Amino acid sequence: MSAEQELERLLDRCERIYGDVALEEVKAWKAAHPGRPAIGHLPVYVPREVIHAAGALPVALQGGGDQVDIVRGDACFQSYICHLPRSTVELGLQGELDLLEGLVFPSTCDVIRNLSGIWQLLFQGKYVRYLDLPQALNDTGGLFYLEDLEGLMNDVAARANQKPDKAAVAASIRLYNRNRRALQLLYELRAEAPQLVAADEAFLVARAGGQMEVSAHSDLVETFVSLARKRNRRKEDRIRVVAIGAFCEQPPLGLLRTLERSGCYVVDDDLNLGARWIQGDVEPGDFPLKALSKAYLVQSTWASVRFEDEQFRGDQLVARVKALRADGVIFAAPSFCDPALLDQPPLQKALTDANLPFISFKYAENTGQFQGFREQAGTFSDSLKLWGTT
Amino acid sequence: MSATRPTTSAQKDISMERQKAMLARHFQELSKVRETGRKVAYTFVPGNLTELISEAGMLGVYPEINALQSGMRQRSADFIHEAERLGHNEDVCTYVKCDIGMLTKGNIGPTGEKLPPPDLLLLSYTGCFTFMKWFELLRREYHCEIAMLHVPYAADGQPTEAMRQYIAKQLRNEVIPKFEKVSGKKLDLDSLAARLRRSALAEEDLSWVLESAKKKPSPIDAYFGAVYYVGPIFTAFRGGEDCIGYYRALRQEVKSRLEHGEGPVTPDGTLAKERFRLVVEGPPNWTHFRDFWKIFYEEGVVFVASTYTKVGGLYDRGFRHGAEKDPLLSLADYCLSCYTNLSLPARVDLLERYVREYAADGFIFNSIKSCKSFSAGQLVMLREVEKRTGIPGAFIESDLVDPRYYSQANIKNRVESYLQMLDQRRRA
Ligand code: SF4
Ligand code: SF4
Repeated sequence: MSAEQELERLLDRCERIYGDVALEEVKAWKAAHPGRPAIGHLPVYVPREVIHAAGALPVALQGGGDQVDIVRGDACFQSYICHLPRSTVELGLQGELDLLEGLVFPSTCDVIRNLSGIWQLLFQGKYVRYLDLPQALNDTGGLFYLEDLEGLMNDVAARANQKPDKAAVAASIRLYNRNRRALQLLYELRAEAPQLVAADEAFLVARAGGQMEVSAHSDLVETFVSLARKRNRRKEDRIRVVAIGAFCEQPPLGLLRTLERSGCYVVDDDLNLGARWIQGDVEPGDFPLKALSKAYLVQSTWASVRFEDEQFRGDQLVARVKALRADGVIFAAPSFCDPALLDQPPLQKALTDANLPFISFKYAENTGQFQGFREQAGTFSDSLKLWGTT
Repeated sequence: MSATRPTTSAQKDISMERQKAMLARHFQELSKVRETGRKVAYTFVPGNLTELISEAGMLGVYPEINALQSGMRQRSADFIHEAERLGHNEDVCTYVKCDIGMLTKGNIGPTGEKLPPPDLLLLSYTGCFTFMKWFELLRREYHCEIAMLHVPYAADGQPTEAMRQYIAKQLRNEVIPKFEKVSGKKLDLDSLAARLRRSALAEEDLSWVLESAKKKPSPIDAYFGAVYYVGPIFTAFRGGEDCIGYYRALRQEVKSRLEHGEGPVTPDGTLAKERFRLVVEGPPNWTHFRDFWKIFYEEGVVFVASTYTKVGGLYDRGFRHGAEKDPLLSLADYCLSCYTNLSLPARVDLLERYVREYAADGFIFNSIKSCKSFSAGQLVMLREVEKRTGIPGAFIESDLVDPRYYSQANIKNRVESYLQMLDQRRRA
């Protein structure tokens, strides 16, 4: 099989996982691991290591995308709530999430927070855990979070009939370190040679990890990266952009493809941010849960859903754009997403001050029309190519 | 027959005048801080640390209250427009946009005087994630000390001991040192404890007032009237003598109405006949407050309990500042128990109890477009309350301070159909 065929096969698998709302991958894992639970979690960040170490499969739930017809979900949410919770509830009510023994809701925003309560009301008897990530980014917050992690660990371990085990946490941390490194390689390759890794490919490859055993996913990403390096693709005359704002509800694949077809190379984004949240390796040490807690405090990426402590996000975005030699930024945020949308004015101001161009638009995970995006991104790209400015 | 009859001047709320005077004094003090040197803290209503602010000799500014008052004074549309012109999105919380717009246009407070900038941004992150985003925006405008108090969400219905200790520890290690730094004054914990006990005196009277709605007819409207009643206790005055005096006077007034079998006072006079007793979930609309209220009192509706008047504390369910001996744990208990920090099942339980305990004929949800903290999940809550009480509920939609999302005709239609339905049920 040629490298390109191999890549095609691999991407087909990732796209199958992406489109598989029935979670066949998870079913297969459960069949191969009798008695072990699968625990779902909502975006953005949940320390999957803890669930993994407790003997369960962590499953990232990222909404229904454009694959789910919303019938009952709309009756649960007003039109001015983003789309992800309604498709998640729809999947729940359709029974697609029955194979999950529980759900973890991180403290991402008010919508995810309230979704945890909706789950308690609609799916009584299901394990629901709210994970309060500390906004007090200091030792006090770290200690509180550590206790929260211990609680999560104990709960999941009990469901897996396992004893919480320090060594298992350390081992899981190492496996996830490898996964983060693999994803880092993927993103580096795309930044370095975006013609080798399209935006939708990077998205699909990273996203597949949400339903896979971590080692299998690391294998997949590493294989993808090494095969993609061998691609013989000519660099096209496109602008390099950073896409920001899609850290929770994910845009439809068609939107990512449209961006690249409109003359852009997306060299960085915040899609699947949870999997890349922790920057660098976590050193498990003698107290691995404590190490995870500490990592949240000092190794988190900057994100709209985490308190902006010392450094302004705008400065970090400008630094990132410059480091990546990007020509501009595309703000792509879900409609009605307070965390992403409230961040835009200060981020845009920082870009303006640094003379960096940007455009912005909103989407929903099930947006089906891309003409408007195509025109906007196309004009952005053309004007940057022609005049170096918008 | 008119739904209301003239209110004698003696019946008109004396407490209302008292509140006005308190507010005027507060804003006057704010306008003089340059001369007096008093320090200013900006903070939010849910889970506010007013007693701590007062102990430090500082003055509180509450951006939500500014937004609310801008809405009532018909200034919010302009402010929101200004914020949107600056790039703020149409989809986000309109309180934030109103505040940002007001700031951009000179930060003129409700009394027409410029509000002083903060010396401390005190983010008591309780019950709403957007507060955090709001403060991130404010901190760009002001170069001052920032204190963040992370209040965990009581997701399983009850706050845990770990949550209480976490808050107390943050107060001790992070928040109080910031106060001391800004005010230059060492915090006296005994004095704080005494102040909390004073808060409880007012809380006791407020609870009595809110519970008076259990009587038939109810002497108060526990939504439109009670948003005024909770003003002092939700903001800068809790723990002070003024506050105690205000609630004592309010209790006297309500007691007298009760003794005379009087209904609530509305802008058009005293409600003549209580036709429907309703419970309400969600904040009111401020831009058309009187018109909104009128839809209800014209139909003889009295709101006997509301959840919005619990965002600054669930006093009617028994919470009292100072009940816990350690003042920091007492503050922790307060922050944890504010309404929007409750899980959805706990919110449903509360609504169900209100419907039963206040012998309500029905209940209404006013869903606020821009407030996800309140509105996400309300449709599920509504069905759950219907299921548990066997009473159908009504769902209306509006916004806090964005007049573009308020439609008198739509709301009136809906409310009228709902009341007709309740009437038919009653006859049946
Ligand atoms: S898309 Fe935004 S508002 Fe919606 S759940 Fe995610 S973070 Fe919350
Ligand atoms: S989202 Fe709601 S609770 Fe939060 S700041 Fe806005 S109006 Fe207040």
